[in-house]
Amino acid sequence: MNRKILAAVLTAAMTASLAGCQGGGVSTKSSGGSGTASGGTIKVGVVTPLTGQTSTFGQSAQKGLQLLEEETNAAGGVLGSKVQFIFSDDEGKAATAVTVGQKLINSDKVVAIVGPLTSTCANSLAPICQQYQIPMVTGTGTNTKITQAGDFIFRTCFIDPFQGQAVATFAADDLKAKTAAIVYNNGDDYSKGLADAFNEYFTKKGGKIVDTETYNTGDKDFNAQLTKVAPKNPDVMFLPDYYNTVAVIAKEARAAGIKATFLGGDGWDSSDLFSIGGDAVNNSYFSNHYSPDDTAKEVVDFIKAYKAKYGQDTTPDAMAALNYDAGKVLLQCIAKAGGTDAAKIRDALKNYDGTVVSGHIKFNSSRDAVKAAVIIKTEDGKEKFFKKVQPDA
Amino acid sequence: MRLVEFLQQLINGLSLGSVYALIALGYTMVYGIIGLINFAHADILMVGAFIGYFVATDFGFSFVPTLLIAMAGAGLAGVIIERVAYKPLRKAANISLLITAIGVSLLLENGFNWLFGGNPRTYPAGILAQKTIMFGPIRTDTLHLIILGTSLLLMILLQVVIYRTKIGKAMRATSTDKDAAALMGINVDTTISATFAIGSALAGAAGVLVSILYSSLDPYMGLQPGIKAFVAAVFGGIGLIPGAFAGGILLGLIETFVTAWNSQLSGAIAFVVLIIILIIKPSGLLGKNVSVKV
Repeated sequence: MNRKILAAVLTAAMTASLAGCQGGGVSTKSSGGSGTASGGTIKVGVVTPLTGQTSTFGQSAQKGLQLLEEETNAAGGVLGSKVQFIFSDDEGKAATAVTVGQKLINSDKVVAIVGPLTSTCANSLAPICQQYQIPMVTGTGTNTKITQAGDFIFRTCFIDPFQGQAVATFAADDLKAKTAAIVYNNGDDYSKGLADAFNEYFTKKGGKIVDTETYNTGDKDFNAQLTKVAPKNPDVMFLPDYYNTVAVIAKEARAAGIKATFLGGDGWDSSDLFSIGGDAVNNSYFSNHYSPDDTAKEVVDFIKAYKAKYGQDTTPDAMAALNYDAGKVLLQCIAKAGGTDAAKIRDALKNYDGTVVSGHIKFNSSRDAVKAAVIIKTEDGKEKFFKKVQPDA
Repeated sequence: MRLVEFLQQLINGLSLGSVYALIALGYTMVYGIIGLINFAHADILMVGAFIGYFVATDFGFSFVPTLLIAMAGAGLAGVIIERVAYKPLRKAANISLLITAIGVSLLLENGFNWLFGGNPRTYPAGILAQKTIMFGPIRTDTLHLIILGTSLLLMILLQVVIYRTKIGKAMRATSTDKDAAALMGINVDTTISATFAIGSALAGAAGVLVSILYSSLDPYMGLQPGIKAFVAAVFGGIGLIPGAFAGGILLGLIETFVTAWNSQLSGAIAFVVLIIILIIKPSGLLGKNVSVKV
């Protein structure tokens, strides 16, 4: 008997843990109608990694969107309805993103989706949203392919080729780099996309790529690759991956005697970059979407509201800001569309022209936001605004 | 490949291999005695890393007491998991036990993520000074040598425990025939608990060392090294302690040289090794081919 009870408890615990993976912060709050009723609740799905190796990003995104939800509802909601974000955990995995996305569309009856956060997940969910004709706005999926899924898919951030171009141009023009090595994650759309873009634009600028090495998600030992890079002595080394990985690579690269200046993309943005990488990541440069040092009104207001909600010692990172922006653009377009009709929201998005935290947003013909990037320099364990790179007109 | 580069890659391979060997030892020991592939082993490694992290940061303990407390904590966690999750299923089919192990693994990963968050943490910088050692142009460092030394030492220690002590004799008896061992007056429950305690303590030690080596720990840190160590254990002959060591070192060397040749293949190579060994010699490098009577 005792054993049976124990088994039951354990099964329950396991089920709960599994449900926790999939359900994330799904709210069970009921609402009038199928997410379309005026005066009721407008339900918007959010697909973001709340557990798994990229969970810190997802949690930042959730904070940004919860702030937006609170602000919007305090100001009377959208079209007289309250807004409810339904958070679903994609664990940073492509297959899970599809599962939770389909659940949001079919059983929660959301009117639109914000996310997915990572490019890999966004690439897998985009065709599904297109098929169901549900507007999807990713705030952080920078891989080019995402919006090619169809006319219901938008992004409020710049794309990897632009980011890669910004970093490559910066390396060639500002750092006067002649040779570069690229070490990237072969199993990640984002890392691969950035590596390709950097390769293309650095070569165009007359630079030479002396070595390209790859690794896989979860790897922690890069000595085999770095031992190959070291004798080639590149001026710069491009590391397009997330902070937890690049910090380890940077540390091992310095130990292996590599003197190159490290360069990276928006995945570097985290204070944990320094706690893991220590001095190895100092005096490096990476491209980002926004800098908290910016003095634009939208940025100042956002940081003030964020601190008021989450504590004075917190600073919203780019993940919080970009997802806040993606949600805000979407809500503004729902208001403009005058209802939750998907085609009308899509048209409102197409014609959107406004300024949010991460800058001025207007979509081009491929539904990607055209906006500036900032180059951040890492110095004494801090991120410092270095320069702004405007997109080609 | 120049000679210097070759020698450096050899050192890199040995270093990586020693990490795999360290984790594989615990895997293989539990399998050898109970016949369970404990998929939660690498997550107990994570639990040990967290325990070590908390005593090192909150109480400012130095390296040796941190390591010992982490080992004790992980050992205790292993015993509790065995009592709660595996013991009720001892008479059930092996597959139920295996699935439960996967469940425990998920529970630990996501439970820790929920409790402590997914942000990577780092041990205090000074806990174990990492010094670079140069042999001419060839570079290694103290930490890798410590890990290599620890795995060697633990391998010998495990052999001694299993073949030279009373509890070791009980373990071997239990592994041969649980019921007969019980009839001979061996307390099977205690023996299995001891097995889990030792195996998990090894994981705890590995957890602390690996998190210092790669300067970070998080709830999912066990995932990838766990899979690699599993491959290493099978490669060497699962259930055999020296096999785990040999398998780990060899896998590290193979991975490093394949990566040095073409890094695009780095992720696949461990599994290619696994498939080849399963086809050619399923009992592993050091394993004997046992014919099963039908």
